[in-house]
Amino acid sequence: MKTVRLSLIGFGAVGQGVAQAILQKKEILKRQGIDLCVVGISDSKGSEINVKGIDLKSALERKKQKGTVAKSNDSALDIIRDVEHQIVVEATPTNIKNGEPGLSNMSAAFNSGRHVVTSNKGPLALCFLQLKETAEDNGVFFRYEATVGGAVPIFNLIHESLAGNRVIGIEGILNGTTNYILTRMTQERLPYELVLKEAQELGIAETDPTYDVEGIDSACKLVILANSVFREAATYRDVKVTGITKITPEALELASKNNYVVKLICEAGNGTLIVAPRLVPKKHPLAVGGTLNVASILTDLAGRITISGKGAGSIETASSILSDILYIVRNS
Amino acid sequence: MIVSMTLELKDIPGQLVLALAPVSELHGNIMSVVHQHEEKTPRGTIPVQVTFEIDQGVLDELIEKLEKSGVGVARVGEERLRSSTSVVLIGHIIHSDIGDTIDRIDSTGFAEVVDLSLSMPAIEKTSSAYLVINAEGEKELKNALEILREVAIKKDMLMIEPIKHNSKAA
Repeated sequence: MKTVRLSLIGFGAVGQGVAQAILQKKEILKRQGIDLCVVGISDSKGSEINVKGIDLKSALERKKQKGTVAKSNDSALDIIRDVEHQIVVEATPTNIKNGEPGLSNMSAAFNSGRHVVTSNKGPLALCFLQLKETAEDNGVFFRYEATVGGAVPIFNLIHESLAGNRVIGIEGILNGTTNYILTRMTQERLPYELVLKEAQELGIAETDPTYDVEGIDSACKLVILANSVFREAATYRDVKVTGITKITPEALELASKNNYVVKLICEAGNGTLIVAPRLVPKKHPLAVGGTLNVASILTDLAGRITISGKGAGSIETASSILSDILYIVRNS
Repeated sequence: MIVSMTLELKDIPGQLVLALAPVSELHGNIMSVVHQHEEKTPRGTIPVQVTFEIDQGVLDELIEKLEKSGVGVARVGEERLRSSTSVVLIGHIIHSDIGDTIDRIDSTGFAEVVDLSLSMPAIEKTSSAYLVINAEGEKELKNALEILREVAIKKDMLMIEPIKHNSKAA
């Protein structure tokens, strides 16, 4: 039995999803000879630490009832630096202004010789190369499948399955919220403001929807893709961004009459990074509806490969994180 | 110039070669041939659409040669605007002078707005338009879009373009 100790830094929707996934897969993983043991969980109010392994079920229950997992005042950095473990799962909220607290958490993890698995876009959109170099200098893994496309394994596909190919360009829909809004506006012929409200009530859009509807979230994901796939030292400021707030139901109807749908498309290739609403032919593989995400990758050997799936959600995002954890377990 | 012709061939072997040979002889560059073998004309001939680039000065000579060899020339037309794209504009389209917006494309000489649908929900609300732009070639089409992009920025309109051409491979 290979016992791997990990910490969950950030215990919101994603962190709890990871805890649930680990609980759900415990027996199956044990049969494969892998024991995932969570020794520290931290949220904004405090932490729980148990070097013998935290009871995830009661931690989830406590979070639900009290709004926090805290049993002590230890900080995230205390866990990362002082508790003996191998993998830090960094799932604190994205901060696009300065990347904190994620940036400090990841740096501390690398400098303590621990691998990092993350869903946090902020630090990667701001300092991807710096983080990657710090990980390499310390001889540890840095995995971030969950940062782009939720459950859709874009990085694994490109770096593992398509190894040897040169990626010429990537196009995709990387934000489920805007895709939902545009899909509903087209189907119901409703104005933007009304559909946004509906999405907020369903929990698909945040109370402050700016990140999503102005294309900022899409741009961050595009930057991470560009850095990881094209090895471009791009940051958020290099992306030309147009959001969806000005789109009218009439425009969608006119497009539809001519066999087009309008989608918020991310494009990377030829050294340019663009996020903008585009006309997409209705039968095109990128014309996916609802909250779905999709990425179409054009390569020199394999040609075009398109994958689609759920771009958000607690357990869906946890799928990508668990996959990254198991990659590290199997390759270290 | 680029010419598109509808030719009528007799339903016997060797007619297609007979029809295309004079185009090559006069240094024409054949771009496409659509041979509709199943669609006979009431005269019992088979229609073929041929598009080619040729010097305007030899066009009459070509038609003469074709007819002399027994190939019927049913239609001759110049194909000037071969590339086409669609865009959607959202904003105060009428009040920012739609005539001027169209004119900016038409006045280039290499591109034209050939279709326009407009939707205006209410006076104070923004309107939306769907435009089809044709141009002489891909390069000219790109230039026309660049002009329209500038106009859209100046007139505070959102312009929605089709996804990039390389995605057509999908």
